[in-house]
Amino acid sequence: MAKTKVIERKPLTFAEKTFIPQILTGLKTTGKTMFQKNITLQYPDERPSIPDNYRGVPTLVKDPNGREKCVSCQLCEFVCPPKAIRITPGEIDAEAEPDRAHVEKAPKEFDINMLRCIYCGLCQEVCPEEAIFLQDVFSLSGYSRDEMVNNKQKLYELGGTLPDKHYKWDKKKAAEEHGNAH
Amino acid sequence: MKVDSVVDYVTINIDGEDVDVPKGTNIIEAVKMVGKGKEVPHYCYHPKLSIAGNCRMCMVEMGMPMRDRATGEAVLDENGVQKIGWMPKPTIGCATNAAPGMHIRTNSEMVKESRNGVTEFLLINHPLDCPICDQAGECRLQEFSAEHGRGYSRFIEQKNVKPKRTRLGSRVTLDDERCILCSRCIRFSKEIAKDDVLGFVDRGTYSTLTCFPGKELENNYSLNTVDICPVGALTSTDFRFKMRVWFLKRTHSICTESSVGANTEIWSREGKIYRITPRRNDAVNDTWMTDSGRELFKEVEVGDRLTHYTIDGVHKTSAETAAAAAKLLKEGKVAIIASPHSSVEEQFYCKAIADRSEATVSLVSHYGATDGILQSEDRSPNLRGALVNGLVDQLPDADLSAVAQQIESGAVDTLLVVNEEVTQLGISAELLKKVKVIYIGLHANVVSEDAAIVIPSLSVFEKDGSFINQSFRLQRFKAAIPGPRGVLSDFMVLEHIAEALADEKIPSGSIDAAWEHIAKGVSQFDDSLRWRSIPEEGLELDPTAFLDLPFVETKNLKYDSAAFKEAHATPAGA
Repeated sequence: MAKTKVIERKPLTFAEKTFIPQILTGLKTTGKTMFQKNITLQYPDERPSIPDNYRGVPTLVKDPNGREKCVSCQLCEFVCPPKAIRITPGEIDAEAEPDRAHVEKAPKEFDINMLRCIYCGLCQEVCPEEAIFLQDVFSLSGYSRDEMVNNKQKLYELGGTLPDKHYKWDKKKAAEEHGNAH
Repeated sequence: MKVDSVVDYVTINIDGEDVDVPKGTNIIEAVKMVGKGKEVPHYCYHPKLSIAGNCRMCMVEMGMPMRDRATGEAVLDENGVQKIGWMPKPTIGCATNAAPGMHIRTNSEMVKESRNGVTEFLLINHPLDCPICDQAGECRLQEFSAEHGRGYSRFIEQKNVKPKRTRLGSRVTLDDERCILCSRCIRFSKEIAKDDVLGFVDRGTYSTLTCFPGKELENNYSLNTVDICPVGALTSTDFRFKMRVWFLKRTHSICTESSVGANTEIWSREGKIYRITPRRNDAVNDTWMTDSGRELFKEVEVGDRLTHYTIDGVHKTSAETAAAAAKLLKEGKVAIIASPHSSVEEQFYCKAIADRSEATVSLVSHYGATDGILQSEDRSPNLRGALVNGLVDQLPDADLSAVAQQIESGAVDTLLVVNEEVTQLGISAELLKKVKVIYIGLHANVVSEDAAIVIPSLSVFEKDGSFINQSFRLQRFKAAIPGPRGVLSDFMVLEHIAEALADEKIPSGSIDAAWEHIAKGVSQFDDSLRWRSIPEEGLELDPTAFLDLPFVETKNLKYDSAAFKEAHATPAGA
């Protein structure tokens, strides 16, 4: 058991007994902040600025050319601890999108159940295509459970476009066209 | 039984441990026999195909006990133990057979370095397709790259470009960039499927797998090439982009396509089957199965499944339906049309019902042509089960004209039909209206429409049970997915009916409880045999009682009727 150390309480001085120095210190702080810029935000009319690495609602992003990045590899579905993600994989129609035919695969459906999501960010971490990001949306609400499931269309609406460092599939296409063909 | 020839064993030393292996075993198999998670990584070697030795992944260090060249005397070290002459370079394990005294190192520095080198070369032209590749998760290249690879690429030149998304046949899609030129598919087509259509064209790194001009990979075994492809080069067009394999649950099952009874694995997720692949059983199907057998699961999903127990078109519970069926059967003049597609358990209770209602039992044959490999003439999985159960003692006829005559003459009032579309088998729809029909079946059809009592049945993927194949091998299958809500396993309903007919209470509920009766009631089965205790590789039954029957199977991969008869004709012990 820890030893108990008894500290003797010092008796209050005369100044302390009057409480005047304490009141003055408090008034000083009040006076200072009274003439400062307001800190309190009038939420929801005013919104805070969100740092870049904030983990908000998971979203799907497109590359700067507006093309879908997700190839439905389902790694996020696999890694998701609360099993919030549900993907139905599909094939890209080569005739409808000839410039993306070489990507072969894209999600047919992509649902994230926001009632299950715990905002852990593992989906973003695991994504080999940099297609899923937890961005700055932190507040969401709905009138029914169905509304709280973000489908593919909603996820792309929320995600928008993010800059792409690699253009992996463009490089692949260029290699296909100019590579060491026999 | 024929006495197996005595197997010679040789002793070899693997990583400092002496192991006895059968003579002729190669190093890959010998190391596998050691167990303890030891494995020689390999791509081109396949236990059921010829040895090509072209992937170079299975390199091991090998040494033999040293002998003096001049005298032939053993060379000893200072401790008096024979020295081992290690070969200066590694050798491939697949094409090296175990020899007495051979020493093998599977994990030395040299071996590790050669595996690393081979992996680096294989990855030079391999595309980084893993996120969109169907093989990911069961890809040997992916596994071995993680285990033996470098972890990063030193290759800065441009990769070779080869055709992608090539159609090899109606069921197989080829991605040539992913191919590591192991030639397993070529050897399979040539040696097993006997349909030599695949080959490599061009040389060096430009080597490309392709079909011979004007030919397609169209044979009924083409999907086996997908199974044995160690990478994602050959993919199944049907399974393409459907689901990643790590989500799928595997269940052991038996193929119902023919009396071969190929062992299979059902891959399912959340009650939906995605694909069927073969499971190795050296006595039945090796590691192969037919393409047509892989598509059988699609019958589960078609819309016309029977889903409710009905009496005269009104939905009832299973207990009410069974009681009504028993009441109808008690009135007598019953004919039962059983099925060679039913499991052993269902046939056993069919037999019980037949005995208790003094019914005549007929079976219909489902014969077709054989392909000589894994599709036999008898296209039903469990005809032998009907014989072993005593349901019938002769081989079935092709149609039901005998039953039709009985109906016409008024000798039959009630017809119990198990999963047969009888209107196509000699009993016309008008004739069917003369009798009361109890129909047990999977799908709605003409028979179920007019039936007095309809009992929905479960498919082989939805129930536990067992089949007896062409060589009297009892094999069990397990339920992979749940059936329609509220539908009991077929044997339970039949058991309920049989129970009501005899006014005796049979303890039921589980398949093992049912097997207590089956094991006792069928002389072929050992009294202590239970469904759960049937081995994974199946249980050989004694076929001597049935050898004189003119079975239609002639010869296929693991069965030869003449040889089978000869092997079992001599009494045991002779």
